Amino acid sequence: MPVGLVIVSHSDALARGVVELLGQLAPDVRAEPAGGMAPGGLGTDFEATSAALAEADSGAGVVLLYDLGSARMTAELAVESLADPDAAAVAEAPLVEGAVAAAASAQGGEALKTVVDAAERAAGGIVESPEQATTAAEDTDSGTESPTTTSPRVEQELVLRNEVGLHARPAALLARALTGFDAEVTITAGENSADARSVLGVMGLGARQGDRIGLQATGPDAESALRRVTELADSDFEG
Amino acid sequence: MSCTAREVTAAVRRGAEVISVHRDELVELDRAIGDGDHGENMDRGFRAVLAQLELADPPTPGAVLKLVATTLISSVGGASGPLFGTAFLRAASTVGDAESLDATAIAASLRAGVDGVVARGKAEPEDKTMIDALLPAVRAAEESAGRGGEPGGTLATAAEAAEVGARSTVPLVARKGRASYLGDRSAGHLDPGARSVALLLAAFADVEGAE
Repeated sequence: MPVGLVIVSHSDALARGVVELLGQLAPDVRAEPAGGMAPGGLGTDFEATSAALAEADSGAGVVLLYDLGSARMTAELAVESLADPDAAAVAEAPLVEGAVAAAASAQGGEALKTVVDAAERAAGGIVESPEQATTAAEDTDSGTESPTTTSPRVEQELVLRNEVGLHARPAALLARALTGFDAEVTITAGENSADARSVLGVMGLGARQGDRIGLQATGPDAESALRRVTELADSDFEG
Repeated sequence: MSCTAREVTAAVRRGAEVISVHRDELVELDRAIGDGDHGENMDRGFRAVLAQLELADPPTPGAVLKLVATTLISSVGGASGPLFGTAFLRAASTVGDAESLDATAIAASLRAGVDGVVARGKAEPEDKTMIDALLPAVRAAEESAGRGGEPGGTLATAAEAAEVGARSTVPLVARKGRASYLGDRSAGHLDPGARSVALLLAAFADVEGAE
């Protein structure tokens, strides 16, 4: 079973709205709302959050996302109060973007830690240009000599034929399809590019039906990863 | 001289009474720089604590503190529920199963409580929060216990330091919590959370000093 999610919000309607959104993107992920204070007021409720936490856990752990201020404290307290506090984690991420990224990652079968990382990276999904993305990746390798044995870079272009382009569901399917490939995949549309695993980043490209997109991949699985993306596009992102 | 569950329970009851008496004052303070619910939330929380104490008779000081913690967490709401709840929870785990608390144990439990609040709320000194009352209080308590002070005297010193610390929040510009949204306009007001800390410690000192 995938990692579960809990949406801790001051507002019941907001928490339920985020859960509704996730239901579309990640149908197999158990996401539970914990919003508002009984009866019908704004605020976060420790008991309700703990109950949602228990409800969302199907064995793989739970990631909690929060809206603001005291919601983080309530979420943290609920985690610390668990018999096994390592079975859940609070993600420091923007609520909606983080929840969508976490849901896509959980749907892809990723482990708790990876789902948290996906949520926390959600805010920075879009990069300016592919060149910058590559530079950033190399900078992290700031050893004495930069490795010259870089893995081959594979590039390809394709035209989006599906009706909605790279909208939420296709973006989620794309992130899911790349699970398990050891490759960095970047999508370019016009001036912008994004990490293909970042649902928010890919959606932010605004690529529509008929648009031409570029795919660049590096890493040991670069070729097979691009083949997988092409298959997905050929099937009009029907999964 | 040390405090058993009976004295700690009496201190908590006195704390609830004092919060209730100052409910409207806390509401006013919070209305100036927050959302105005602090007095009501704290009063509701401590009323719930009193109700729980009627139902249960916790056998050790740690058990009393734990009951206060879980009740406040469930019933106060806002940021104060998790913050005050965490303080009592950490204090409870520090004293463990001890039958009674001497001044050193009281100082250690205060220290654990303050560390918990800092970890939970990520506030720093002079952010205009309850930390500004708690930090001087715990330093005063540690110093008093280190000099061989009695529990009552140690709590009295802590309460005085908390009072001074709370008053020091008046000129500060808030950098944490709801009041921070006001920016410079938060200056000139006493922080309600710091005020609550000072009130509670004074109430605790009141009871232990009378023992």
